[in-house]
Amino acid sequence: MGGLASSRLISEIFIKYLSNEILDSLDDAAYLKLSPRLSFSTDTYTIDPIFFPGGDIGSLCISGTVNDIAMLGARPKYLSCGFIIEEGFLISDLEKIVKSMAHTAQKAGVLVVTGDTKVVPKGSVDKIFINTSGIGEVILDIPLSGKRASPGDKVIINGTIGDHGLAIFTAREGLDLDFDIKSDCAPVNNLILKLVENIPEIHVMRDPTRGGVATTLNEIAIQSNVCIELFEDALPIKSGVKEGCDILGLDPLYLANEGKFICILPEKYVKPALEILREDHLGKHAALIGEVTDTPKGKVVLNTKIGGKRIISMLEGEHLPRIC
Amino acid sequence: MDHNKLQHKIKETFDRIQERLKGPFRFMEVCGTHTVSIFRSGLKSLFPHLLEHISGPGCPVCVTHPRDIAMGMELAENPDVIFAIFGDMMRVPDSNGITLKDLRAKGANIVVCYSPLDSLKLALKNIDKEIVFWGIGFETTVPTVGATITEAKKMGIKNFSVLSHHKIIPPVLKFLVEYGEVEINGFLLPGHVSTIIGISPYEFLAKDHKIPSVIAGFDPIDIVYALDMLTSMYICNSPKILNCYERAVKPKGNKKAQRVIKEVFKVSDAYWRGIGKIEASGLEIRDTYKEFDAKKRFGLTPKDVGEPKGCRCGEVLQGKISPKDCPLFGKKCTPISPVGPCMVSTEGSCAAYYKYGV
Repeated sequence: MGGLASSRLISEIFIKYLSNEILDSLDDAAYLKLSPRLSFSTDTYTIDPIFFPGGDIGSLCISGTVNDIAMLGARPKYLSCGFIIEEGFLISDLEKIVKSMAHTAQKAGVLVVTGDTKVVPKGSVDKIFINTSGIGEVILDIPLSGKRASPGDKVIINGTIGDHGLAIFTAREGLDLDFDIKSDCAPVNNLILKLVENIPEIHVMRDPTRGGVATTLNEIAIQSNVCIELFEDALPIKSGVKEGCDILGLDPLYLANEGKFICILPEKYVKPALEILREDHLGKHAALIGEVTDTPKGKVVLNTKIGGKRIISMLEGEHLPRIC
Repeated sequence: MDHNKLQHKIKETFDRIQERLKGPFRFMEVCGTHTVSIFRSGLKSLFPHLLEHISGPGCPVCVTHPRDIAMGMELAENPDVIFAIFGDMMRVPDSNGITLKDLRAKGANIVVCYSPLDSLKLALKNIDKEIVFWGIGFETTVPTVGATITEAKKMGIKNFSVLSHHKIIPPVLKFLVEYGEVEINGFLLPGHVSTIIGISPYEFLAKDHKIPSVIAGFDPIDIVYALDMLTSMYICNSPKILNCYERAVKPKGNKKAQRVIKEVFKVSDAYWRGIGKIEASGLEIRDTYKEFDAKKRFGLTPKDVGEPKGCRCGEVLQGKISPKDCPLFGKKCTPISPVGPCMVSTEGSCAAYYKYGV
């Protein structure tokens, strides 16, 4: 791709939508002034399909990285984005994606300050892949970590599970199930900050993306060497998602979420935390879904609707590929 | 029923069962859907200690004999064939540990179908290829396969056939009660199979062997109710075949489905993993539809092959051992690297024990 052509691409599309003082200088690198304790994350988005109910690869690549940065108890500030675009990709689609990125960045209160674009021969990538890396300032004295869950803690989540995974699956397979199934893709950093600034003690925050709530909780149970017990009755699941999963033989606990986070905290802070979450449109279905116990260590146990128990195992293998 | 009432009802019934039994009562279910329901709902964790649950040969993927797997692999490697299969078969290892997934990675044309009719559509779209549908299943799926074959004949389709490794349930039950090494005090009979065959094929269990049996639905409360009936008959020494799934199972079964099966298939001997040959326990395609019989079309002959090394699926399937008794369980054999089909299939016992703990 010639110098002039990429220059035009940058100015026409990227600057048009993502403009800010730092990006507009178009230097080789972005000059940033930040406090010394940083949260830094990167992710590459290869989702298929690139446009789906409730979002697109643009909103996803901003939300995903913003959320990951925030999970340490940090305020996300700046992102980079690198595009790898297949030759022949429609400019109009690229414009839609970048516009969506800008909109999501604005909601999250972050700036895209540097980027890169490569156009590659047809077949080298599938339409478009985007990498976003991001930096945030850690505001907690002790960053949140998966190692800090303790017996007696409770597990809460800011809303319904399985929405994104099911939306992608049905869009990919071309299924029209008559239910309202939409990805929950959204930046939740502002909601996380509200919690972190008002709840004196939080131990873990993690977003249950690939592999769903089940896999994420298994990872935390192993890292913290505890048992996490879930209450099947308490899991917030949209009725459309439940019915869709029943028909397709999928389990919402293993489906990806892109606008949700699990929060593990001492029992005394559950009530105020849920109040804070439910006041926000991204937390109105927040729920207490489980608790941390001592044994069996490293395992997740489901207390079922009928009063029984069973293990929720880690997802083995690729449940659904290219989900984010 | 709300969840509190449900929990109360289940506890009450299990307390009654425990009270009623004077010693261990061992029941076997022979349906993968029952296996999954018992584990997934947490019902297994609530069983009173005198109630012993064993899973039998109710998973059609799991009971497919290695010699039949080898036959499927042979067809899959044929460059003129598009091999249409149900998803679970993709990862079942053959005697050498090779799967259809491995063959597909090497270029074999293998397609996952949700129904046999999908494979007919493939035949219409790919007239330069031979489409073979791998018929693995019990009486529940056979009528659809039969209907697909009659449809293919009606449409004059010349490039479609079925590799029939279908099996029927009553003969394996007979084998287990006559030759099996495990004492079975009662059967939970398969709901879906029974919708097709009705009640009478099971009568021999009560009449000849005095084993009470109940046809049950798949909700936890259906299973609990069935166990209540089973243990009650056992204690009163009045074994019968009861139908507790009346909303789906008629006493004479589904006559239309039975007609389709009879039209296209005839009963034949079949090989079951871990058991070997059971007479008159399988279905093969009749001569009237011989052009749709992949075995004849491709001149396939079974090869004498054994189980994958160290695999004890055959014993698990007969209830001789629990999955946890297998030395490979959870170590060498896991869902991500299975040695045998019981760990691969979504309805396999080993997969259920591994995934749901207990």
